[in-house]
Amino acid sequence: MATDYIVGIDLGTTNSLVAYMQGDSPVVIPGDDGLNLVPSVVALDENNQVIVGNAARKYLIETPERAVYSVKRLMGRGSEDIQEELKLFPFKMADDLHEGEVLRIKIGDRTCTPPEISALVLRQLKRNAERFFGAPVTQAVITVPAYFNDAQRQATKDAGRIAGLNVLRLVNEPTAASLAYGLDKKQNGTIVVYDLGGGTFDISILKLHDGIFEVISTNGDTHLGGDDIDNLLIAIALDDIRGDRGIGFEDDVRRNGEAVARIRKAVIEAKIALSSQPTVKLDVDLPGGKKYQREISLEMFEQMIQPIIDRTVGPCKQALKDAGLKPEQIDEVVLVGGSTRIPKVRRLVQDLFGRVPHTDLNPDEVVALGAAVQANILGGGSEITQDMLLLDVTPLSLGIEVAGGVTDKIILRNSTVPASATQYYTTQVDGQTNVAIHVLQGERELARDCRSLARFDLKGVPPMVAGMPRIEVKFLIDANGILRVSAREQRSGQEAEIDVQPSYGLTDEQVENMLLESFDFAEEDFRQRQVIEARREADTILVALAKGKKNHAWLELTNDERRNVETLEKSLVEVKDGDDYHAIREAIDALNQATMRLAELMMDTAVSTALKGKAMDNTEIEEGPQAGHPVAKADFE
Amino acid sequence: MRAAQFCSSCGKVQPPVPVDYFTFFGFPRKLNLDTAALEKEFYALSRRLHPDLFAQANPEERAFSLEQSSMLNDAYRTLKDPIKRTQYLLRLEGIELEEQSKQATEKARATGELKKQVVPPDLLEEVFELNMHLEELKAQKKLGEDDPALLEEIGKAKLSLEEKYDALLNELKSEWARWDKTIDTGIEEDRRKILDKMLDVLNRRNYIRNLVRDVNEAMES
Repeated sequence: MATDYIVGIDLGTTNSLVAYMQGDSPVVIPGDDGLNLVPSVVALDENNQVIVGNAARKYLIETPERAVYSVKRLMGRGSEDIQEELKLFPFKMADDLHEGEVLRIKIGDRTCTPPEISALVLRQLKRNAERFFGAPVTQAVITVPAYFNDAQRQATKDAGRIAGLNVLRLVNEPTAASLAYGLDKKQNGTIVVYDLGGGTFDISILKLHDGIFEVISTNGDTHLGGDDIDNLLIAIALDDIRGDRGIGFEDDVRRNGEAVARIRKAVIEAKIALSSQPTVKLDVDLPGGKKYQREISLEMFEQMIQPIIDRTVGPCKQALKDAGLKPEQIDEVVLVGGSTRIPKVRRLVQDLFGRVPHTDLNPDEVVALGAAVQANILGGGSEITQDMLLLDVTPLSLGIEVAGGVTDKIILRNSTVPASATQYYTTQVDGQTNVAIHVLQGERELARDCRSLARFDLKGVPPMVAGMPRIEVKFLIDANGILRVSAREQRSGQEAEIDVQPSYGLTDEQVENMLLESFDFAEEDFRQRQVIEARREADTILVALAKGKKNHAWLELTNDERRNVETLEKSLVEVKDGDDYHAIREAIDALNQATMRLAELMMDTAVSTALKGKAMDNTEIEEGPQAGHPVAKADFE
Repeated sequence: MRAAQFCSSCGKVQPPVPVDYFTFFGFPRKLNLDTAALEKEFYALSRRLHPDLFAQANPEERAFSLEQSSMLNDAYRTLKDPIKRTQYLLRLEGIELEEQSKQATEKARATGELKKQVVPPDLLEEVFELNMHLEELKAQKKLGEDDPALLEEIGKAKLSLEEKYDALLNELKSEWARWDKTIDTGIEEDRRKILDKMLDVLNRRNYIRNLVRDVNEAMES
């Protein structure tokens, strides 16, 4: 049994994808709806069943309190630093949330942490891949924004674990894109990847050298993307509606979840339309039979979004400066992320770097494709990837707080990872036996302006005169960009091996519990699920056949045909409650095959509508025995 | 002699031994370094040590690869930059250069402590004048006035500082040549003198850099 599929996953703010390396080229694995993009939307239906992806989108409008989107914005963050997000997004926090605790979001009558919600998206992708391969998938490469800090990376890794995936590597999104881009080019030079997605912005500058992809510098904003454009348009629409009393909505429209959700859907469609047409009409049916209509021209749109897209300029300039490069030294510019479809964004990039950016790869898919390439490299490589190696950097400086509330940087940003550094400190007070180590990430000089990653105490330092102890603090960043810290007092040898637990992260124990509570990952579980899904499919076919037998088409079959169908029906009934997946599968396929003529006859006699939507509809006939792998359905909870 | 990153008989990755960065790459402790050769060696070693190549290996090998490749990256980052390379050599030779560092300056700024900072004698006059101009600029800004002549003066001073800053790199490089000679000939007596001279150049360079930064801040604020 092949169990060594390693998939590449782009866990996006708006959409997520799973891809793998098929021979020499990476391909995206579609969901059971046949679509490559799985919207990063999680909903609970009326039976508390988890729905993910396209199927979950309708809940955003129908029961917004039972659906969550853009949860990536909350990954690795604390309740103190999401106030801005709460103003703009309909996230509802758990009522019993305490400061310093991992966030929990209300979805229906349950509460979930952001890694758990992301894990549901990941699990859907995992199942899509399992359905595609017909085999369990347990290893993955997951992409993260290059500018993600340690806590956000850790939260993403936790999400993978909760979903039952061994996360072999976190890869930075722009770097992954460059892998996909560089696969067939095999050239040397300096490239810029400009990645403006749904919720995050990254800029990375890379040097390509005989298959080595060396990141020189990176910069970005983990809270800047298409979402911000949507929110701006929503705010304008809400203002319009409140201003126009004729519509009949007054102060309460902003609190009307359904109205806001409908407007959101409409403005996103308008935004997309404006990438290819000069004007668009907004026409939103509001609850209560009211309507909101407005026309937006491209010119107006571009004026409105100018301040948002201008926020990408600073990081671009900083990345160039950090790389020690001038725009004219850049050989190629690659665009990634759905928001780079906006013509105004393309013009901005072109002006910044003085060259026409590449758009030949689908900006929605290129990151997942690159993740698949990296997955292939980690799996031992193939002929096409054997010379490829990614050398990435840490996006933000790391250090500790020293006396006076100052940040002492230990590893500087844009250092190639893995990276390590050792710094020595001493005590301030005579006889001090504990030393508080506060780990920070960021560029600012004062500790309070940097991101607090973790706090721990080096305990048991033998009492000495102030300034005598020699405390060695060692930082090690692994290839995922995740930090480990250790501290040691050298004179006494006292060590504190610290498990750096991010300030807003989950403990290992919490992650374990989440695994046990509601998630499956073992191969055994996979087999069981396969059996359950095959059983469901068998039931569907048997029900449809029972109906078919009442149709007069049944009588048009020959006696032999009828007998054959009934024999096969009987054997399916016999095996379907057993645990032998292959037996059920074969019985389903055989019955499918045998009932094909019945279905055709029903179609011919124009009574097919009786069976429309059932197992013997048109697609079933065309796909015949190949159809119907166990689908990755959300399970009942 | 290069540090042994791999077992000589089985070729497997080994735990890192504590060596200096020059030794890690098998380079002599010289400051005029062939950066093209360094880069080539860095890429070649990356292709053998990077954790991506050990994703399917046992935990021990994975740990060795992580440590070895972080050391490789640290060594490369330090040696490829002329200033970092010089500072690293000074530290290897037992000379601390904390006092004039940017870090020390920032720490002093944030805590409000006075930082020991000696003005290099050849800059005394220039710095004195520049500081007066900067004070004047601050006073004017408070009153909302704008004196183009003053801004021009400051701009000129800044340009002259930047020229000196660039010239110092050349001065440093001539010390490199002297240092490298002592390595070749094995003559020990001048070493300390050369190291002190390099430290002096680095300190002056830092001093000017901080000054230019102050000027930029004053003009922007």
